[in-house]
This record gives sequence, C-alpha cells and structure tokens, in this order.
Amino acid sequence: MDLDPVFLARLQFAFTVMFHYLFPPLTIGLGAVMVITESAYMLTKNPLYETSAKFWTKIFAVTFAMGVASGIVMEFQFGTNWATYSRFVGDVFGSALAAEGVFAFFLESGFLAVLVFGWDRVSPRVHFFSTIMVFLGSVFSAVWIVVANSWQQTPAGFHLVQTADGLTRAEITDFWAMVFNPSSMLRLSHVLVGSFILGAFFVMSVTAFYILRGKHLEFAKRSFTFALVFAVIVSIGQLLVGHEHAQQVAETQPAKLAAYEGLYQTPEGGAPLTLFGVPNDKEQRLDYAIAIPGLLSFLVHGDFNTPVPGLDQTKPEDRPPVALPFYSYHIMVGLGMFFIGITLLALMLLPRGRLFEQRWLLWIFVFAVIGPYLANHLGWVAAEVGRQPWSVYGLLRTADSVSKSVTAPEILTSLIMFGFIYSLLFAVWVFVLNDKIQKGPDEPGAPPPDTTTLDGLMEAATGLESGRASMTSAKDPGESLV
Amino acid sequence: MLWFFLIGVLLTGYAILDGFDLGVGTLHLFGRTDTERRINMNSIGPVWDGNEVWLVTGGGALFAAFPDAYATAFSGFYLAFMLLLAALIFRAVAMEFRSKRPQRWWRSMWDMAFFLSSSVSSLLFGVAVGNMIQGIPIGPDKEYVGTFIELLNPYALVVGVFNLSMFAMHGSIYLYLKTEGEYQQRVRRWVYKAYAAFVIMYGVTTVYTLLAVPNATRNFEDLPWVWVIVALNVLAIANIPRALYHDLPLRAFISSACTIAALVFLFGVALFPNLIVSSLGNEFNLTAYNAASSQRTLAIMRNIAFIGLPFVLTYTIAIYWIFRGKTRLTATSY
Ligand code: HDD
Ligand code: HEM
Ligand code: HEM
Repeated sequence: MDLDPVFLARLQFAFTVMFHYLFPPLTIGLGAVMVITESAYMLTKNPLYETSAKFWTKIFAVTFAMGVASGIVMEFQFGTNWATYSRFVGDVFGSALAAEGVFAFFLESGFLAVLVFGWDRVSPRVHFFSTIMVFLGSVFSAVWIVVANSWQQTPAGFHLVQTADGLTRAEITDFWAMVFNPSSMLRLSHVLVGSFILGAFFVMSVTAFYILRGKHLEFAKRSFTFALVFAVIVSIGQLLVGHEHAQQVAETQPAKLAAYEGLYQTPEGGAPLTLFGVPNDKEQRLDYAIAIPGLLSFLVHGDFNTPVPGLDQTKPEDRPPVALPFYSYHIMVGLGMFFIGITLLALMLLPRGRLFEQRWLLWIFVFAVIGPYLANHLGWVAAEVGRQPWSVYGLLRTADSVSKSVTAPEILTSLIMFGFIYSLLFAVWVFVLNDKIQKGPDEPGAPPPDTTTLDGLMEAATGLESGRASMTSAKDPGESLV
Repeated sequence: MLWFFLIGVLLTGYAILDGFDLGVGTLHLFGRTDTERRINMNSIGPVWDGNEVWLVTGGGALFAAFPDAYATAFSGFYLAFMLLLAALIFRAVAMEFRSKRPQRWWRSMWDMAFFLSSSVSSLLFGVAVGNMIQGIPIGPDKEYVGTFIELLNPYALVVGVFNLSMFAMHGSIYLYLKTEGEYQQRVRRWVYKAYAAFVIMYGVTTVYTLLAVPNATRNFEDLPWVWVIVALNVLAIANIPRALYHDLPLRAFISSACTIAALVFLFGVALFPNLIVSSLGNEFNLTAYNAASSQRTLAIMRNIAFIGLPFVLTYTIAIYWIFRGKTRLTATSY
C-alpha cells in the first residue's frame, strides 16, 4: 500500500479538528444559556434559576475540559503536520493565534475556575461576572480562530516576500485588513449563530426528556420555553446570515460555489438552484437533478437572468472536488430549514399549553440535537473541502503545505493513536454527560451533602454503588462526588 | 530580541506554574486514601487550565514571532510532540473525570492516567530542552533530518529526569502549602525526598553538560554577570530546606520558583541568539534573526502583548487570591 503523506496529514487534521469542534459550539452555546439563566437569577432571586444555572455549569465544565484537551492538539498541529504552510503564513496567521491565547484562553480558563469551584467562595455578583467573562472568552476565541481561518479562505492585508533562503512567504501589511478580510465577519456570525442553535437544541433535548419522564417538571418546562424562543430567533437569523455568506462565496470563491451547486457547466442565462441531485464527475454533470430555474442567479445577484460561472470556468487543476461539498452544503441548508420549521411549529403550539402534551414532538426534540451537530460539521466540511486544492486560497496549494521531515508512517502512527484516544474519550464524555443528565438538577433548597469528612464521602460512595436506583432521587448522596 | 525574551518569559511562566501541577501529578499516587488523592487534584483544580494556557500562548507566540522555529521544532519532534499531546490530553480529562464515578477501578484508572501523563509530560519537556542545548540535525533547508530515537539520547534523558525531579520537588512544596494536618506531615517527608533527588540530578546534569556540551557555556564567558544568576540560583536552592525547617512553606515555594526561573534564564542565555542549534554545522542554526517574522508582525505582537498581559496578570493573581488557603473538599470539588 502506498501511503500518501499529504492525504494522511489532511485526514489527521480533519479528524482532530472535527473532534475538537464537537465541543466549542456546545461551550459557546451553553455559555449563552448560563449567562441567560444567571441573569434571570440575579433579577428574580428565584432559587430555581440558581439550581438550573448550576446544572448547566456542570455540563459545561465537562464539555470545556474536552474542548481544552482536544484544542491543545490543534494549536500545535499546524507546526507538526503543516510545517511548510506554517513557514509561509506564520507572519500573518500566527498573530491571530497568539491573540487568541492572550485575549481568549486566559480569560476563559481563569474565570472558569471561579465559575465551577467558586459558588461558595465569591458573592453571586462576582460569580455572575465570571460567567459573563467565560462566555466572552469563548466568543473571543471563536473570533480569532475564525479570523485566521477566514484569512486563508480570502487572504487580505499582506504581500509576498522572498526570504533570504529563497522561500516565499506572506508578510503582513495591514493588520486590520487581515482581521476584517472579506469573509471573516460573515463567517464569524455564521459560526456563532450555529453554536447558539446547538446550545438551544441541547437544552431543549435535555428538558424535553425530563418532561417526557415527568421529572423536574417546573425547571424543564421553563427552560424549554426559553430555549425554544431563542431557537426560533437564531434559526431564522442563520438563514439570513447564511444567505449573505453564500453571496460572499460567489464573489470571492466562484469555483467553490459552483461545487456547492453542482454547476459543472456554466448555464445559458440564469442559473438554477438545485434542491437535489447526484454529482457525476465522470460526465461532468448532475444526475437526477431537481432544480428551480433561475433561482440561484436571483439569490446571488438579485436577478433571475445574470449568469453564474460554473466549474468549466476554472482551470482543471484548480477545481475543488464536487461531491463532498455538494452533499455537505445541501444537507446543512436542508437542516437549517428543518430547524426553522420545527421550532415554528412548536412555538405555535406553545400558547395554548398543548406543546407539552405532544409526546411525539417532544421525542423529536430529544433527538433533534443531532441536527445542529451535523449542520455545524457539514458546514465546515463544505467550506474547507470546497477550498481545495488550496490551503491558502489562490496562493499555496495543500499539497505544498505539508511538513517535509514527517513521513507517512509517522503520521499514520499518530493518527491511529489519536483515533484510539479520541474514541475512548468520546465514550467517556457521553457516559459522564448521560450520567449528569440522568441525575438532573438539584431540587432547590436541598442542603448540599457533606463531603468534607471522610465519613460523608464513604457514605456517598456506598450509596451510589448500591445501584442506579439512587441516582434518580434528588437528594442523591452521589451528587457530592461531582 | 524582545521576542526572544518574551517567549522566554512565557516559558518561564509556564515552567513555574505548570511545573507545580505536573509535580503534584507525579506525586499523586503517594496519596493513600481517596480523600488524599482528591485533595491532590483539587489543590490544582482551579488553576491548572490557566497554567497550561501559558504553553498554548507560548506556542502561538512562537508561531507568530519565529514561524521557522515553530515549523522546524514541531515537525522535527513529530512523534515526541504527539506523545506529549496525548499526555496532556489524558491529564486534562483524568482530573475532570476521576471523581465522576465512585467505583474503585474507575478511580484507580484515572489516578494512574493522571500520574503517568504528568510524569511523561515533565520528562518530555526535559528531553526537549536537552536536545535544544545539545543541538539536533537540521539541514540547510531548515528541516530536521534525524529520527525519533535519536531524540532519546542519554544526555537528553538525563535532562528529562532532572526536569522530572525539579517539578516533583516544586509540586511537593505546593502540596505542602495546600494541605494540613496529618497528611501535611506526610507531604513534608516527600518534599525532602524530592529535594534530595533534585539536588543529585542537578549535580549530574551540570557535570554532564560541562563535559559533553562545551558549547553550552560559550555565552557565559562573554557575559560574566550571568554568574551572579548562577550564584543566586544556588542560594535559592539552599534556601528551600532552610525555609522548610523554619516552617515557612511559602518562602520555600518562592525559592523553588526562583530556581526554575533562573534555570530557564540560564538556558536562554546559553542558547542566545540561537533558537535551535544544528548539530550539522553552525551555519544551519535557526537564530532569533533568521527565523523571525517581519518587523511589522513583531510590532503587532508587541501591541497585543502590551494590551493583553496586564489583563492576564490581573486575573491570574485574582484567581490565586480567590482560591488561596488550604484545599478543602466541597460539593463543587472534583
Ligand atoms: C485556522 C485554520 C482552520 C480552522 C479554524 C479550521 N480549519 Fe479546516 N483546515 C485547515 C485550517 C483550518 C488547514 C490547515 O488549512 C487544512 C489542512 C489542509 C488543508 O487544506 O486545510 C484544513 C483541512 C480541513 C479538512 C480536510 C479538507 C480536505 O482534506 O479536503 C476538513 C474536513 C476540515 N479542515 C474541517 C474543519 C473543521 C470541522 C473546522 C472547525 C473547527 C475547521 N476545519 C477549522
Ligand atoms: C483549527 C483551528 C483551531 C485551533 C488551532 C484551535 C485551538 C484551540 C486550543 C489550543 C484550545 C484550548 C484552549 C485552552 O486551553 O483553554 C481551544 C479551545 C477552544 N476553541 Fe479551538 N481551535 C481551532 C478551531 C476552533 C474553531 C473553529 C472554533 C469556533 C468557532 C474554536 C473555538 C474554541 C473555543 C470556544 C474553545 C474553548 C472552549 C472549549 O474548550 O470548549 N476552535 N481551541
Ligand atoms: C439556513 C440556511 C443556511 C445557509 C444558506 C448557509 C450558508 C452557508 C455557506 C454559504 C457556507 C460556506 C461559507 C464558505 O464556504 O466560506 C456555510 C458554512 C457553514 N455553515 Fe451554514 N448555512 C445555513 C445553515 C446553517 C446551520 C443551521 C448551521 C449550524 C447550526 C450552519 C453551520 C455552518 C458552519 C459551521 C459553516 C462553516 C464555517 C463557515 O464557513 O462559516 N449553517 N453556510
């Protein structure tokens, strides 16, 4: 078997970054949820909100730890797998990564301590402040990493320079042009809104489950309602942002848009919007296409007849693959429509109190959280694969980006190692998360179990070991082990 | 040059801060009961993530300021870094997950993971430093041409063990600060043992360096004042048992922090202006000049640092202040 280091390096990068991306959107989304719940508590002093804030914080903390563990890998992966790329972009790209560390990670990790361990060490006000800081930190980190990524999609604010040893590299000329490159702010909004959608669906999933089981009803119904309203707003918002985003792609990366839409040939006159199809690379056409004539031209240019360039307008060696971006993009957009539909439906049922009797709908919500996960990942796949064969669009090819001193077997070794570790971690994460969700929030007012003594601890341990039954009771001594 | 210095500062910050939590991890298995082990973890619980960010930011700053050094080091030490990353991953999740389930096997598993990953990380950091002092085979195109096994040469391993002992000592003092009662008395004994190991390794490493890597002291001849640092370092080391004897653990901790800072500083001086020394010939060295980013990037980075660092320091101090005092287990502990 011939191992291709470029392919392996891509596979590894894609695998590790997609694993990493399981956690950040949930962190950002739940961060928003915690800020909202704690402000509700600060305003009303209703202990219900306090316990729910504590509950979401626990889930947040587990997710956060996973995000940190997998994120450290990402930070160094540029150097390990993409050394040539790093030499080329370091001057521009590195400052964004460093800014992420200085402005975002310190903020997050510092205040996280107060958030998780500080409930009885600081006043509610300081705690609330820390919650906001952690949330801001996660948003800042999204800002900088997305800026860096957007720069490689739509480079700006740099010039190319020959270095002493004959290599070319990009050097920065205008920091703010780099930061506000043509796609960064749109991508940022899209990514953040995508995270909020995930956060809202996550809350709805957990609380719908409680409602179905008849547990923690007051907490569950309230949280569900809050999350539902939030979900409606962000889902519709995402359609608008996504639309702008697509116009931006049409302008800066026409070949990518053509791949999204399966436009092999430039059509005469207006281009159709494909709803369904099967890309056929061999014959350069889309099989079984169902399309609305002229709509793509309208969406991009506001006019049904303006032509949209197809892939035939790009040199063959510069064309991205079609199938993967095509499917990912279509499924993402389809899911976006589904979110709008289902949340609007639920919202209509809400006022007459009928929503919480529709068990089938609640069951859909229990599982619907998979949707935003898929959409977030597929969105990245579309954007990143659609950028190929470039790693820095129009400037540096992916094939030229890899580390020269790293061999294919080495990458394979580490890929297998990560595959193993990540599967393990993923299983543990799901397991612990499930545990927490099964346990649910504390009932408001229950005295915190005593764990400062060894006796309390032993009691707690034996209490749990004697079976899962005890996990459902609110005064579960096992809570102390958290 | 500023950046050579600033990255040094980031690394020093990292070594001092993460040094103690790695050290606590190395000593973790000496805790006998579940409570003792939970105290170990919770003593560093609120701060280890922040400590690790020093490393992440150091990596980012290296990427931005010296892209070539970042690229060469990380692709050259490929497997070593992958191992390190795996260790760091396990450390993070071991702390988070350990106390989530009461079963004995579950907890022992994560205890083991915590101990191993902390020790392996400390060892690998030392190995990396050892290799950097010694020089590694770098060709004319700035690419590493050696193998993974070559990195595990005797000298690098000695430095690795030295680093392990240093972090263990630093961690034990921290733990001493954070514990009380009978457990603290036991920790006290570990401090002395770790200290002894550290002093022995310190001697071994120094002699080995002087004999095997004459290059390392080259800069010291031009800069006589660094001998002052060496002297201060020895004083700081000597102060550790003294402070302990008088039961002033905070002073002991500060002394061991100074020791680490002095060692990182000496390491920087020994290296300067090189970032990575090529064992194939001095003309292939990556230096702070030929691996640097453009002036403009360095200026941007300086601004980022000037705006950001005051904030970072403020809340780092605030966090340590909030979590000062002895570690006691509560409902929100790990
Ligand atoms: C800061 C930069 C950056 C950011 C934020 C992301 N990526 Fe990316 N991605 C790259 C920088 C990059 C890269 C280094 O430039 C790669 C490696 C090879 C390549 O062509 O691009 C890449 C490749 C790459 C590939 C493989 C593409 C292919 O081989 O055809 C996938 C599937 C993803 N990425 C997915 C993601 C996901 C799910 C992300 C969300 C977190 C993500 N990327 C964020
Ligand atoms: C491929 C590029 C990426 C790199 C190099 C990277 C790097 C990192 C690192 C090193 C951490 C851990 C920081 C800590 O110790 O606290 C981290 C966490 C985080 N990252 Fe990424 N990341 C990448 C992609 C992304 C993307 C695309 C987003 C969001 C849109 C994102 C958002 C976050 C957030 C919110 C956190 C902190 C929260 C958490 O730990 O879950 N990252 N990242
Ligand atoms: C509703 C209709 C939607 C449209 C029209 C849309 C449009 C787009 C477009 C055009 C891109 C590619 C940008 C590029 O290639 O540079 C993209 C990427 C992406 N989408 Fe969507 N999107 C929609 C819904 C969603 C939803 C519901 C989610 C998640 C919950 C989502 C998450 C993402 C993510 C994470 C990316 C990758 C990051 C980026 O490039 O912005 N999208 N979307």
